[in-house]
Amino acid sequence: MKEFAVELRDVVKKFITPEGNELNAVDHVDMQIRNGEFFSMLGSSGCGKTTSLRMIAGFEWPTEGEVYIEGKPMGHTPPFQRKVNTVFQSYALFQHMSVYQNVAFGLEMEGAQKEEIKKRVMRALEMVQLIGMENRRPKQLSGGQQQRVALARALVKTPDVLLLDEPLGALDLKLRKEMQLELKALQQQLGITFIYVTHDQEEALTMSDRIAVMSKGKVMQMGSPAEIYERPRNRFVAEFIGESNFLEGQIKSLSANEASVFIPALNAEVTGTPASEGLVHGEQVFVSIRPEKIHLTEHSARLNTFEGEITSTVYIGSNTHVVVHIGDVRLKVWEQNRISRLEPSSFYTIGQKVDLMLMPENTLVLKKD
Amino acid sequence: MNPHRRSPFILVAMVLVYIFLYAPIVGLVLYSFNASRTNVTFEGFIPSFSGRVVMDGSLVKSAPCGPFHWYCDLAKNSDVLEAAGNTLTIAFTAIILSTIIGTMAALALQRYEFRIKPFTQLSLYIPIVIPEIVMGIGILTLFSQFFGWFNGLLGLTGDARLSMGIVTVTISHIAFMVPFVTLVVQARLQGFDKAYEEAAMDLGANEWITFRRVTFPMILPGVLSGALLAFTLSLDDFVITFFTNGPGSTTLPIYVYGLLRRIITPQVNALSTVWILIVFLAVLLLQWIQSREAKPQH
Repeated sequence: MKEFAVELRDVVKKFITPEGNELNAVDHVDMQIRNGEFFSMLGSSGCGKTTSLRMIAGFEWPTEGEVYIEGKPMGHTPPFQRKVNTVFQSYALFQHMSVYQNVAFGLEMEGAQKEEIKKRVMRALEMVQLIGMENRRPKQLSGGQQQRVALARALVKTPDVLLLDEPLGALDLKLRKEMQLELKALQQQLGITFIYVTHDQEEALTMSDRIAVMSKGKVMQMGSPAEIYERPRNRFVAEFIGESNFLEGQIKSLSANEASVFIPALNAEVTGTPASEGLVHGEQVFVSIRPEKIHLTEHSARLNTFEGEITSTVYIGSNTHVVVHIGDVRLKVWEQNRISRLEPSSFYTIGQKVDLMLMPENTLVLKKD
Repeated sequence: MNPHRRSPFILVAMVLVYIFLYAPIVGLVLYSFNASRTNVTFEGFIPSFSGRVVMDGSLVKSAPCGPFHWYCDLAKNSDVLEAAGNTLTIAFTAIILSTIIGTMAALALQRYEFRIKPFTQLSLYIPIVIPEIVMGIGILTLFSQFFGWFNGLLGLTGDARLSMGIVTVTISHIAFMVPFVTLVVQARLQGFDKAYEEAAMDLGANEWITFRRVTFPMILPGVLSGALLAFTLSLDDFVITFFTNGPGSTTLPIYVYGLLRRIITPQVNALSTVWILIVFLAVLLLQWIQSREAKPQH
């Protein structure tokens, strides 16, 4: 077995827009997806994630570059000759066939014997907990059940790679969370490579071994959930995954793991960690700090500490969202409600003066592009 | 005021609509049981299933079929049977061919982009909107020109010559049925998600198996609707058939028209009644297919 289940090498996909313009839906993308990993492509609509997936499935062919599956270049190989299977966003269950017939379809195409088909279909249905539903029509099932049929139909083919195109998008929040964990467990149990397309950052963080964050046809960053969240390489990723405060400034001093940035709005220097590659002295940059990583303290003069005034507090159960102004600079701060009390807002009040401490390891220095 | 109370105007309008739509049909059916050889007045039903019958004031003949006398008479009329045979042969041949062509056209228009696509789409409407008589004359001109040229080229004479007949009628019926089939199937394809075909291919089906096992079964209700619509159109087409038929290809509408020019006997009514029944059944079937389609299955 090759190291990479799927590889995209310098792949470009051009589309012609209705206005007649050329558009790079996928713009020089390189991706290596390792065997047995849960890989997510994350981005908002139009970022090229679904087009990338469709090129792996064989529904679209790259304009430039090449898609490799198990080390073999795919060229114009049609979908029915690729050892990958897809779970569609709309499920695309065949309405004129029963659940059993839907799942059996792929095995029939392989020319499997009736007995063999029956055995494997029942095993697949058992895996997704749909035993007893064999004779139902897709329309007679709930959304969650239809989703499971779509999953069983793809998995029964024992593909090398399973492609999932926002498969949980149509489910309600609670069911979606259940299915996320179930899918992850299933992937670990089967050891199959999953390539998962989603616009839901939380979903991607929950399930993935690695994530590719995409925007405008390009991969912005590829890495583990922790790498993506804790060390975003640019403002787009920091903003797309989770929330962050951004301060504009100029690099005053720079070493391998520390950078000092002058922030005109604070009229002060902030010490942070260089997160983007290729930062240079004197460069205009963003300093990014996540709201939950800011410490509110009572007057203690330390490094990266600024005095501010609380201008709003919102209690949301587990956290209190506090907005602090330092002059004209507005910072979001999330404080965990660690102590049970009936008036959480009494902890912070509007107009209260607080000190904000920005720990250098939490303060990321990002390129401005 | 009760909003559900119907205004008298609506009631009158309803009655008028029903009278104009259905009174002729009811009358036509009623006269098919008339105890008279003419269609001028209704003389009452033919009474008995046996014995002799008084018709038009004199004892005429035995009526073993009773009230269905004219229907039995019809069944014995070899001209009618031949015309009915022609009509059905033409309708069924034309249905099969126009459904295949029309469905293929609808699929091509749905999934491919080509330069003359807008023109192709527009050209579908032309046979529907232009007067039938214009189309009839056009087809007649085309055939006679072509046959003249072809017969001359090959030096065909006598019976060997190509001439108007059942084949020309069938071809012209196909010509006007294809747009109807295409439009009905196209409407059906409008809501067809390409993902179904992609799913089939993804599971290992090639293009042909995908069409046979997935696409076709899913669009079948639309195809059947189109075929049935075309069937009813072919059954009662007069104008185009009138221009394109020849010896031995008389269809029912042409035959009835011929009868009307001579004498109208209740036989015509009996024939029309049977005919209405067939078309009515076809429409019922169409409705059933469409309602089954629309109804969510639970």
